Amino acid sequence: MSAETVLFIVFAGIAVMAAVNLIWQRHPIHSALSLIVVMVSLAALYLLLGAELLAAVQIIVYAGAIMVLFVFVIMLLNAGEEERTEVSHAAKFLGVPLAVALTGLLAWRMWAFAPAAAASTVTDQNQTKMLSRLLFTDFTFPFEMTSILILIAILGAVVLAKREQ
Amino acid sequence: MNGLFAQNAYLLISLLKVAVVVLVLLTGIAYLTWFERKVVAHMQSRWGPERVGPYGLMQPLADGVKFLFKEDPTPAGADRFVYFLAPFLSLSLALCTIALIPFGPGEISIFGRSTSLSIAEINISLLIVFAFTSLSVYGVALAGWASNSKYPLLGSLRSSAQMLSYELGLTMSVVGIVLLSGTFSLRTIVLAQQGTVLSVLPRWNVFSPIMPQVIGFLCFFIAALAETNRVPFDLPEAETELVAGFHTEYASFKFAMFFMAEYAAMVTVSAVASVLFFGGWLSPFPENPAFHFTYYLPTALAAVGGVLLIVNGLRYRSMVGRVVVPVLGLILLLLAATCALPGVNPVIQGPFWLLSKIFFFLFVYVWIRGTLPRFRYDQLMAFGWKVLLPVSLANVVVTSLLILLREKR
Repeated sequence: MSAETVLFIVFAGIAVMAAVNLIWQRHPIHSALSLIVVMVSLAALYLLLGAELLAAVQIIVYAGAIMVLFVFVIMLLNAGEEERTEVSHAAKFLGVPLAVALTGLLAWRMWAFAPAAAASTVTDQNQTKMLSRLLFTDFTFPFEMTSILILIAILGAVVLAKREQ
Repeated sequence: MNGLFAQNAYLLISLLKVAVVVLVLLTGIAYLTWFERKVVAHMQSRWGPERVGPYGLMQPLADGVKFLFKEDPTPAGADRFVYFLAPFLSLSLALCTIALIPFGPGEISIFGRSTSLSIAEINISLLIVFAFTSLSVYGVALAGWASNSKYPLLGSLRSSAQMLSYELGLTMSVVGIVLLSGTFSLRTIVLAQQGTVLSVLPRWNVFSPIMPQVIGFLCFFIAALAETNRVPFDLPEAETELVAGFHTEYASFKFAMFFMAEYAAMVTVSAVASVLFFGGWLSPFPENPAFHFTYYLPTALAAVGGVLLIVNGLRYRSMVGRVVVPVLGLILLLLAATCALPGVNPVIQGPFWLLSKIFFFLFVYVWIRGTLPRFRYDQLMAFGWKVLLPVSLANVVVTSLLILLREKR
């Protein structure tokens, strides 16, 4: 077994376990921390695929900015532990089979696609330049649209926050 | 055995480099506290530490022993896991960044294998540095939250907001550098700064002929002061309002880890500043035979230091001072002799200049601490968002315009 495979199994395992832990934990801060672990191990998986830029951006944007805001808000609101209620009947009889079916379907499709995905590791040395060129030439419109969408979201938040006064 | 070594040589050499760098960094951090106390004391007409050992040189050791043997209580109602996690997170993230700093050009050989003078060679090392910086908020935020106490929570809320706001300015201030050198790799950024401007000044990014990055550097340094929670931005630990801020409830070695993390962050920020704006390992003198004598500067400095230590030590009253200080002087003299050896001399030039620049920035840090009062919280936020961010954005716009004009011509 090569070093890459071992590292992949380790980080994939950490990611899955942290994702399960995210749902399992009762305290919002613990869940947020598990989500950070998921994101950092995903960044490690990107590194294994040779996508260095994506790994760095994943950590800077998701783990370093968005999750900090999550943690910040949880701390500000001083959210306590959540209370567990009895699982409803609909969730028991409909939810569990549906979840199993969805997982099975996803696993089946991914299994079918696996060889093709594994072959397409990025080899270009200067991928930062390549990616920026793509973003600002072929994908300018979607790129700018995303920025406008984010701007609208920010404006909406400001308007909602101001209305209280 | 030999075959095993050949297989794992890369791993072993990397581990060796990590061990050396971490050892030097941790010792440096310990003595940085001594240096800071001494310098601030002299700025305020005091003596500073002088009781433990000659010149108070054993003070960091005494502090370390004290930290290790103190009682380490956990506050009631604290979140035990997160309470333990926070100091480890802070310190390890602060130590990680140093792995990306290139200490010199070329390669050295260890056990017959050549290896570069940095722990990790990554294409996008600058981005990785920012990834570590952006994660370092968690140590502070979680420490305050997990302590289950009012002052730490207020302190950590303040500092998370502060670090988030100034991170924008920090990132924007280096975009000019990336534009000028066209790469994210710290090694290539240094290599792009070779040569001279007007045949006098070194062609460092602060003196760049296209667009001198003076404004970028000022923004970077101010934002870095805020990111490392240092005076005048040390609001998270404003003792008059918040006792000690986010680490109020921490004692013993966990407190020491926060302390070490702060100083490690100071060292790495200074290293990044010298690499990005002041030419990293490059010498300030032009590369030509007339300036070859500067190769012996490290030797001369170490020799002068050694002689001074021996002369001063022999005048010392106590027996320890009379033995320890001259021995230190002798070690410095030996170091001077080693630096003059023809095989060693060219190799140590890079590390010598980088360390000198780091030392200079550390002195500026201490100098600012001895000079400036603390910001008020609203002033801090207003400055970060209304001055620092627009100015660094303007720097990006002007720099890219000038680069574009130059390419058009």
